[in-house]
Amino acid sequence: MNFRRFFLISVPYVWLLILFLIPFGIVLKISLSDTALAIPPYTPTLDLAGGWTSIKEFFSQLDFENFAFLTTDDLYWKSYLSSLKIAFLATFLCLLVGFPIAYGMANAPDEWRPTLMMLVILPFWTSFLIRVYAWMGILSQEGLLNQFLIWLGVIGEPLTILNTNVAVYIGIVYTYCPFMILPIYSTLEKLDGSLLEAGEDLGCSRTTAFWLITVPLSKSGIIAGCFLVFIPALGEFVIPTLLGGSGTLMIGKVLFEEFFSNRDWPVASAVAIVLLLILIIPIVLYQRNEQKMMEAEQ
Amino acid sequence: MLNLKSGAMVFAAAIAAQTAWADEVRVYNWSDYIDEELLAKFEAETGINLIYDVFDSNEVLETKLLAGQSGYDVVVPSGTFLQRQITAGVFQPLDKSKLSNAEHLWDTIQERTTRYDPDNAYSVTYMWGTTGIGAIPEKVHAVLGEDAPLDSLELVFNPENMEKLAECGVYFLDAPGEMIPAALNYIGENPDAQDVETIQKAEAVLSAVRPYVKKYNSSEYITALANGDICVAFGWSGDVLQARDRAAEAENGIEIVYNAVQEGSLMWFDQMAIPADAPNVEAAHAFIDFIINPENIASASNYVYFANGVNPETQELEADVIGDTAIYPDENTMQNLYTTSPWGPKAQRAATRLWTKVKSGT
Repeated sequence: MNFRRFFLISVPYVWLLILFLIPFGIVLKISLSDTALAIPPYTPTLDLAGGWTSIKEFFSQLDFENFAFLTTDDLYWKSYLSSLKIAFLATFLCLLVGFPIAYGMANAPDEWRPTLMMLVILPFWTSFLIRVYAWMGILSQEGLLNQFLIWLGVIGEPLTILNTNVAVYIGIVYTYCPFMILPIYSTLEKLDGSLLEAGEDLGCSRTTAFWLITVPLSKSGIIAGCFLVFIPALGEFVIPTLLGGSGTLMIGKVLFEEFFSNRDWPVASAVAIVLLLILIIPIVLYQRNEQKMMEAEQ
Repeated sequence: MLNLKSGAMVFAAAIAAQTAWADEVRVYNWSDYIDEELLAKFEAETGINLIYDVFDSNEVLETKLLAGQSGYDVVVPSGTFLQRQITAGVFQPLDKSKLSNAEHLWDTIQERTTRYDPDNAYSVTYMWGTTGIGAIPEKVHAVLGEDAPLDSLELVFNPENMEKLAECGVYFLDAPGEMIPAALNYIGENPDAQDVETIQKAEAVLSAVRPYVKKYNSSEYITALANGDICVAFGWSGDVLQARDRAAEAENGIEIVYNAVQEGSLMWFDQMAIPADAPNVEAAHAFIDFIINPENIASASNYVYFANGVNPETQELEADVIGDTAIYPDENTMQNLYTTSPWGPKAQRAATRLWTKVKSGT
């Protein structure tokens, strides 16, 4: 019996170990190394065959030089800041778009729901890359959007949208919206309708009931959705590269440059580790907040 | 009985998989860089299954190679990158006894590539060319007047010209290794400068015209020129000529010219080489030998409008290829071309950083 319990508990930990801690350890190790013209392009590499002395030597060669380097050039913090700004705003826009959609879905007749759900998931059937490429066609000067707006008479001259930050926001909101919609939908769907009726019986207007009952009860879905959008948006590379202009500063692009143009895997890894730290802080804060709330409820 | 049968089937499948692996060659080459019919011809002639992937930047190729186990049998880096990769131990020496067509290689080019690959031990030239200016004269003349310097760096690095050209659109290569030497050349510095201080002088030149560059990209200018979406591209010779060809095929009335610049253009070489960990070395040699067969390489050049590494006298190049000085430059232009060597880590970092600064303003 004890064994079974141990097994069940160990599964998520093994998962975490294999898919998070080990890769993290490898990246951390590279971030403490130096570049070299070799395969792989960094030194030192761990040679277990050399026994204890070679392991000791290996550790003595590691240092924090690359992290120090990140502070010498304002490119890095500016990119982190710009990524944070884009990710925050994109998450907020996703919430603005996603919540009404999820709300509409949750309040739709039962027989519609599977179809609506399908429509949200359907874009995933096409490759992400192809969908972003399609946006290039839509947003370009001669693209569908401009042609449509000119046809409507809203604008006289085609707008420059592609290769600007606006296109990046459109791309991120489009790509990650389903990750916002689905968790919110799942909390709204479970919402007990009688609570709203009770509220109205007690003299609440429908709008007040929405803000006092629906929104607080869907909070866990909103928070989950925001994390699911914010985290990948922060490190996004494909969307700013294809839709953004050369002025779009995002840490994903910096990472690419370090890795590919400079062949500096150690600095690239240091950039990635700092990115992870930036993500971990809000996640830990959120976790602590949740725990406190649970304790308060008990 | 059933067990025995399924066991035999698994065994047979394993053998089939094994032979399929043995008869497969994976090639990683630049985009828009071959006549696809040649690929089919290679498969038909040799019976080797060809997997052909493409890239559009040396950096992407290099990262795959340095990570190891790229899985490719033949790759085509440019000379400067090849040199560094040889030092890193990425490639294995070619077995010249397996290259029956090696005798046709052009000594004029081979002499120059020894700079990157001493004794040409690791590579043979696929194509070579120059980096210069592709333009649609009609559009350029419309904004700059009839005496616009189509064959001079003045056109793309003088802000006064660029300000006007911005109206009809200019693309630059997204390749610091091409643009920085050109900018240095423009201000009379050594384009092959290796010291950080000199390299940084390129920034002022590139940043001054930055507001007028529509896009930095190393492949999209072919289509953009052919459609007339832009009027000037700083790009690779053959790519511009491919754009010219596409425009002619589309009969859209757009005329495109390519010029190496009179200040001197960068001459580059794309070299076929075999990674040290290539899964199928035998087939890799077969592919390279097939490509440098004069008949095959001629049809590749006739298609992509780049000069190749095989002696022109042994092959039948079409008149608009061998006769075009944009592809096979005359003696004078040849003298004027320069080559560059790979940057060391410090210079490389400075160049990448400079390039980011030029493009993003940060």
